[in-house]
Amino acid sequence: MRVVIAEDLHLLREGLVALLRAHEFDVVAAVESGPELLAAMLRERPDVAVVDVRLPPTFTDEGLQAALAARREIPGLPVLVLSQHVEQLYARELLADGTGGVGYLLKDRVFNAGQFIDAVRRVADGGTAMDPEVIAKLLASNARNEPVGRLTPREREVLELMAEGRSNAAIGQRLFLSDSAVGKHTANIFAKLGLAPSDDDNRRVLAVLAFLNGRQAP
Amino acid sequence: MNRRTLTALGRAGGLLGVAAFGQLVGLVMLVATALSYLLGLVFLLPPAVRLVRATTRLQRRLAAEWSGVTIDEPYRPAPPPPQPQRDGWYREGRNLYKTPRIPAFNRRLTWLTNDPATWRDFAYLLVNPWTGGLIVGIPVMLAVTGIPALLDGNLLGLLTLVIALTSAPAVAPWSVRVHGQIAHALLAPTEKARLAQRVSHLARTRIDAVDSQAAELRRIERDLHDGAQARLVAIGMTIGAAEQLVDSDPAAAKAMLAKASEASATALRELRQVVRGIHPPVLAERGLGDAVRALLLDTPLTSHVTVDLPTRPDAPVESAAYFAVSELITNAVRHGGASEVWIDISHQGTALRITVTDDGRGGADPERGTGLRGIERRLAAFDGVLAVSSPVGGPTTAVLELTRALEETIPPLPRWKGATIGLCFGLCWIPLIPQGIVTMVMKLAGAPNRSWFLALYLPEPFQWPVIIGMICLGGAMLATAVTLTNQVKHAKVDACA
Repeated sequence: MRVVIAEDLHLLREGLVALLRAHEFDVVAAVESGPELLAAMLRERPDVAVVDVRLPPTFTDEGLQAALAARREIPGLPVLVLSQHVEQLYARELLADGTGGVGYLLKDRVFNAGQFIDAVRRVADGGTAMDPEVIAKLLASNARNEPVGRLTPREREVLELMAEGRSNAAIGQRLFLSDSAVGKHTANIFAKLGLAPSDDDNRRVLAVLAFLNGRQAP
Repeated sequence: MNRRTLTALGRAGGLLGVAAFGQLVGLVMLVATALSYLLGLVFLLPPAVRLVRATTRLQRRLAAEWSGVTIDEPYRPAPPPPQPQRDGWYREGRNLYKTPRIPAFNRRLTWLTNDPATWRDFAYLLVNPWTGGLIVGIPVMLAVTGIPALLDGNLLGLLTLVIALTSAPAVAPWSVRVHGQIAHALLAPTEKARLAQRVSHLARTRIDAVDSQAAELRRIERDLHDGAQARLVAIGMTIGAAEQLVDSDPAAAKAMLAKASEASATALRELRQVVRGIHPPVLAERGLGDAVRALLLDTPLTSHVTVDLPTRPDAPVESAAYFAVSELITNAVRHGGASEVWIDISHQGTALRITVTDDGRGGADPERGTGLRGIERRLAAFDGVLAVSSPVGGPTTAVLELTRALEETIPPLPRWKGATIGLCFGLCWIPLIPQGIVTMVMKLAGAPNRSWFLALYLPEPFQWPVIIGMICLGGAMLATAVTLTNQVKHAKVDACA
């Protein structure tokens, strides 16, 4: 699997390269600035790009902007965005085109190599990987939302994990539930939120995120 | 006699009355001053000055409301009350006092007598009846002298009455206006007083700014000390212990390392909180508009944000504005129970204006809420002001304005304008002086030398028209250049206002 990495801190960049190589990814480019990143993504057309939000030369949201620009050129180009802080605003912008293949994680998540690699694979396959912190904020700001309030605690847990982008199997593993139990919960959630059920994991996740984000016009 | 004249006449009469009253107050002040300086009855002075100030304050108000002349207060700020020493006594120079009464009185007295505005007020009250008073008195006096004369059967009385009645529509409003302008001359702060007020305002806001900065730094230090720093120590110790155990008990070492990794994640989370409190990352990355949007996404409020800014303000201003908005939103959620909020971020010239409106319960009072007070203090460092309207039952609207927050945007000069100005200024002197005025002088003097004066080469009947034409052309070019330059200057001033 071909990967482009953009990270301005040398140590972290080398660490990411080593980690991904160790898991048999093919790192085709490891760059340190926004313009380089955009050029690399358009040139290499990687299977997935791992991108830091804050990059030179402006040290603002260069990385995010480059990622969004590349996705406009190549729709659905999988991008996993890493940051020191997570903002619903950025998550919303990444999800806006509704095609999936996006991830948005705190840099801390790299500590847990297994889960991080899993997230990279998921994004590369066109799925989503949202940071639990984004989802927690998203649910908190939906607290007054009536249908979300009607969910049982267990359904809320399932909803959280689903919004993070996990498959039914992964949710079952995390919550020690059987596949059929997870299926029942998701069916209930979809019924309560008034969403059309779907068998496709990715499409289901996007529907849930769109619902949670739909509270306000962007 | 229309209504406007009648109003003006009424006002003129009112001003005349106030002037007469002012004269009385001025005499009282004169007596009080004489008694206090000659006989040492100083206790008479503060009440007399208070009376003087009340009268001139009324004059200032009337000048604003009736004459349309705004006059600011020129007084120095009142002295702070005396503070007791550690032993409970009050020190004033070399003397110690048991109660604060005498030192407070001394301070007040010095404050009143040292302020030039006190004596200018006094002079105004004495002079006013003989200047502004006379002017507003003209129509009234004409009538007053006319009526008794007319009653005596004197026709001169009729004449004055007629003059009074016919001139009143013009004279009465004019006299009220002039009265205000005369009042402005003595009652407005002098340039020196204005600067003194500005300096004391700056000194106060600087102290506030330094204080709040120091408090912020202490809070950050405490957060780091109790949070991330302590965690890093714990992580170091855990890793050290794991190092010891790695050979003898690999399983326990592994568990400890997992714990260390967990603690490092917690430390990072705490650091993120601290960073957010210092300068929110979104603000640095995206500027005020998106930072406010991001802030609102994290609240349960339904929000409507409009942003219209030509440039990004300086980072400190941006940060002050952000934290002010953040505090207002917190208030709306916590105290107002709001569910919807409208935020408008716009600019007016170089001023940044933010309006925050919510549909909460209202009843917010800047006098009582320490939060609003804090916002005011924070904004004051940047010459910013906060206005809150919050009737009980809502809605609450807060407007904060920071003057000179944005770079002035001067619209680029259209190329034709610049070229015209340059061409006119550069060439206007040729037709105007050598071909116009100098030629005219040569022609009048009848000089034989024609040199390069064009008009003199022409046949006789065309010479004068061409000379005058040249002068007109030069004059017109100069006028065009000056007019265009003024237009550009005005555009600049408007952009800055």
